[in-house]
Amino acid sequence: MHYTTAHEDTELIQLLTPDGELREHPDYPLDISAAEVRGLYRDLVLVRRIDTEAVALQRQGELGLWASLLGQEAAQVGSGRALRANDMVFPSYREHGVAWCRDVDPWELLGLFRGVTNGGWDPNEHGFQLYTIVIGTQNLHATGYAMGVQRDGALGDDGTAVISYFGDGATSQGDTNEAFNFAAVNNAPVVFFCQNNQWAISEPLERQARVPLYQRALGYGFPGVRIDGNDVLATLAVTRRALRSAREGQGPTLIEAFTYRMGAHTTNDDPTRYRVSAEIDEWKQRDPILRLRAYLANQGMATDTFFAEVDTEADQLGERVRDECRALADPEPLDIFREVYAEPNSHIDRQRADFAEYLASFEDAGVTEGR
Amino acid sequence: MSVITYRQALRDTLRAEMLRDEDVFLIGEEIGVFEGSYKITEGLLKEFGERRVRDTPIAEEGFVGTAIGAAMLGLRPVVEVMTINFSLLAIDQIVNHAAKVYGMFGGQTSVPMVIRTPGGGGQQLGATHSQNIELFYSFIPGLKVLAPSGPADAAAMLRAAIRDNDPVLLLENLGLYNSKGEVPEDDEPVAEIGRAAVSREGSDITLIGYSRMASVATQVAQSLAEEDISVEVIDLRSLRPLDRETIVESVCKTGSAVIAEDDWLTYGIGAEIAATIQEGAFDFLDAPVRRVAMAEVPLPYAKPLESAALPSAESVTTAVKETLNAVGRRVG
Repeated sequence: MHYTTAHEDTELIQLLTPDGELREHPDYPLDISAAEVRGLYRDLVLVRRIDTEAVALQRQGELGLWASLLGQEAAQVGSGRALRANDMVFPSYREHGVAWCRDVDPWELLGLFRGVTNGGWDPNEHGFQLYTIVIGTQNLHATGYAMGVQRDGALGDDGTAVISYFGDGATSQGDTNEAFNFAAVNNAPVVFFCQNNQWAISEPLERQARVPLYQRALGYGFPGVRIDGNDVLATLAVTRRALRSAREGQGPTLIEAFTYRMGAHTTNDDPTRYRVSAEIDEWKQRDPILRLRAYLANQGMATDTFFAEVDTEADQLGERVRDECRALADPEPLDIFREVYAEPNSHIDRQRADFAEYLASFEDAGVTEGR
Repeated sequence: MSVITYRQALRDTLRAEMLRDEDVFLIGEEIGVFEGSYKITEGLLKEFGERRVRDTPIAEEGFVGTAIGAAMLGLRPVVEVMTINFSLLAIDQIVNHAAKVYGMFGGQTSVPMVIRTPGGGGQQLGATHSQNIELFYSFIPGLKVLAPSGPADAAAMLRAAIRDNDPVLLLENLGLYNSKGEVPEDDEPVAEIGRAAVSREGSDITLIGYSRMASVATQVAQSLAEEDISVEVIDLRSLRPLDRETIVESVCKTGSAVIAEDDWLTYGIGAEIAATIQEGAFDFLDAPVRRVAMAEVPLPYAKPLESAALPSAESVTTAVKETLNAVGRRVG
């Protein structure tokens, strides 16, 4: 079987080489100031720090689970910074970098993975829905949401584009393929953002597809683009264009961000059991942060002082993340009945009353023992 | 009051709710131009246009999933799944998303969606198109499941389902679409979700059913009245939440119960009702609770075999009489 890898792919959109050299692309002119590029660098470093801290917190028993984004920072920050306030994100469970771009506090994410909350942020205020754990299902929700936006006439320059995040494994799911088709026939204002990180837990890409993933879109009747997902500038430029196209009523785009999951699928698995270290070494050469740092330094767009300041800020953020995580309050047992139905419900009322009585019986016993 | 069919009651209510609330829209396969396989959406595309009546690709997971997304935006989709058999293709979106988005999104996003879908055998549609699998959905916290047995309830329950902020599955029945009954014309009653009805009062025995079997139960009670047997009929109306109080209260009064259900016996809805009765009315029972259900086979296509497999007025009548005999009251 033959499948295309990034370095041999002539259709890969790349603006910044792994060595930090900028290459102009005729279709994706880069309209960005030096300050904005520095801002992207800061985002990448801080997002990686949040992720590193969260992995450590899980190892220390503070979180039940964490899904690391290590290696995928540019795909998430580049696309996240392409969004406008009115846009709506449907994430999977690894989009911590996009959450950062949507002003969701990192400890709100930790609350989810610690299990003390099911929510934490207002999806409408942030234009960022809650995490979806089932693979690929959010693509249908994003498409239906986008069809609703279209129905309500909320398009145009100040309108809403919807973006859905998923991985290479999700492209095999029926939900994803049905979403592609529904979006196509309805010309829905949605961008499908696939982070192809090469691995669905232990299954490599060649077990998911015989054609490059971005080419799937052509079969459904909308454009598909493959970008270097470790190039934050290409990701930004291509995603901006796809979102604009959606807002202007030109329908969906599939973006395949070609990247690599440097860590485990989640803290529950050990990737050394299913992949070789040479592959990781190869991808280390394409690190998203190092190439942007090289570009900033080579172009004289940032000084050593700037890089030091970002590192200091990352240290401070890391400390805050640890403190906020440990300060998250445990929920009360009766909270299990709180968010089952939006309306009052007799089943729930009965269960809550029975359980409250059961809990109260322990309190009584406790008082007696105390004496 | 006017006498209309179950089908007409559903259709008129859809139309009235669409006129009342701009956010209500219909989505599903074959519902627009074709007006639905069972013509519940007749004339609605013509009247409201494609913005309100959306024909979709033939993909149940797709149109249920996109409806959930639209509901997350604040719209009120009414999904038609052609028959409940096809809901199996959408079960992940129904069970893992419609039922759980509210909780898993921290109570911040509700899914005010209705899934209308008929169950029921007896139409010679074969084993894959004749099932009664409402149990799957009645099992799931986060869903509500309503099962109207007549036109007035069909209207009142559909209205309640559309106005409710939780996902509701409205179980229709192929065998009931042409049934007729009185429906109020002017006022618009909204059913209370989770409330059973004592559709006929009696003193000798409680007969419990829902959907088509509630209608059969009423016929059985009427004919047994001629034999001087007084049957109290309970129409469950809502499978989740279940109105346990009404069931228990009736059995405490009559001392015996028969459950008539169109699904399979083992692990079926009737098992839950029987458990409810023994929990709430154990000391009042004079005989074991009986269940009458479908033969536990894939429903046959051949008419005589299909009829043999389905519960009927005759099989329910027999169970009622045998139960009364067990109580010690000798009946035919």
